[in-house]
Amino acid sequence: MKMNRKHVFALSLVAAVVVAGCAAGGGASSSVSMTSAELDALTRKIVNESFHDKGIVKVKTAFADDETLKACNAADVAGKPLDEATAKRLEALNLQTIKWPTGGKYLGDWKEGEKLAQSGRGMTWTDDAKTPNGGNCYNCHQIDKKEISFGTIGPSLYHYGKLRGVADPNSPQSQEIVKYTWGKIWNAKAYNACSNMPRAGHMGILTEKQVADVVALLLDPKSPVNQ
Amino acid sequence: MSNTIRVACAALLVGLTGAHALAQDKTSIQAIEEYREMLQDGNPADLFEAKGEELWKKARGPRNASLERCDLGLGPGVVKGAFVQLPRYFKDTGKVQDLESRLVTCMTTLQGIDAKDIVNGQWGRGERANTTALATWIAAQSKGMAFNLPQSNEQERVMYQVGKRLFYQRGGAHDFACASCHGEEGKRIRLQDLPLLTKNPGDGVGFAAWPAYRVSNGQMWSMQHRLNDCYRQQRFPEPDFASDVTVALGVYLGVNAKGAKSAVPTIKR
Repeated sequence: MKMNRKHVFALSLVAAVVVAGCAAGGGASSSVSMTSAELDALTRKIVNESFHDKGIVKVKTAFADDETLKACNAADVAGKPLDEATAKRLEALNLQTIKWPTGGKYLGDWKEGEKLAQSGRGMTWTDDAKTPNGGNCYNCHQIDKKEISFGTIGPSLYHYGKLRGVADPNSPQSQEIVKYTWGKIWNAKAYNACSNMPRAGHMGILTEKQVADVVALLLDPKSPVNQ
Repeated sequence: MSNTIRVACAALLVGLTGAHALAQDKTSIQAIEEYREMLQDGNPADLFEAKGEELWKKARGPRNASLERCDLGLGPGVVKGAFVQLPRYFKDTGKVQDLESRLVTCMTTLQGIDAKDIVNGQWGRGERANTTALATWIAAQSKGMAFNLPQSNEQERVMYQVGKRLFYQRGGAHDFACASCHGEEGKRIRLQDLPLLTKNPGDGVGFAAWPAYRVSNGQMWSMQHRLNDCYRQQRFPEPDFASDVTVALGVYLGVNAKGAKSAVPTIKR
């Protein structure tokens, strides 16, 4: 009855904090007598007691302390966007994590990039460590016009390079957008602190070679994205 | 039943292929909606409902008792209308409970069934499967009724606040939160429409749609199962069955869905 004890414990904790909140006289913004900080603490407790490791997914890494995520979560709960100074500071922190390509080779193989964009696999508790990770791109973005099954959480990336005037990705005038594209895929939070987009390079979802392949899908003039 | 499913799959295929040839946008979604409507006449959820009703009335377990004295929030044995007011606070356990965690309480206390058989069990097997069938039948008795979760108890309001925090909690390898997919109106993953769950998403949508029969895998999914698989896709670790995380999320989604009419049990792709 291990599970039961755990639940009873969590419950008595809820009760204890509720009582403590009443005694402290409240100060909460909502209709509960607990403060926002007490509710945050209670949520952390409940998370710790409710989740368990499964397969390749571990509680410890899944909820690892991350300053960016913590600030964005709090902003969402409060219903207010991050203040500009905090957003800028967090974006700068994330920018520092970006690993730029060895030998300055930003573009890989767009055909491999398309395969990665199609795949939403990897890193769930039903995957094993050998499951190749996908980029999850089509789940949220339109990319190649031929693929009609695309999501709409992110903006359309059809004609991504063409619209940005990238005729030759190796030309000096293309460097800024090429670098930005690499950086955005490596760590999307470097450009928008609370972006919905995963940090593919930073979190080890895609390898350096795979990031180059996705960059090529978006920027190679031969890629169907730019036809 | 296998025939029904075969016809259903063929219909889905025709629907999807047809949509392929036409303009993208709402066409494929309409095709799927039409196919769902077609199926409503023969929703295999009926079989789970029938099994659930039998399980409710039959004397079972070490105590050889039925569940007919189980209090789902409206008094012992009252089933109609209970589903659209859950999760709620229960005095006897001192806890906020959803339909399934409440069933664990009743099966344990009235019938003497070991909670571990449900909580540590597997989807679609043994007492866990029985809980799903019971939830399907109980929920179906509130079909067409509007969600109206109580928030009069302090713990119910606390759980709403915890649920809200869970809804916005980014984590895992991909930084996904519930809100990543369900925080904006009119979004899709691939072609799958995503309900906005921070408000009432409409009758029979989101919280008002589960338990549902899933045609793609031939399984009956309860709300616990739905939340479990959301977390799997989020790259989160697994929540314990009927844990406080799942109950708090249920309170958040259920309170937000106030006024939405339950269409449960529904049929999904």
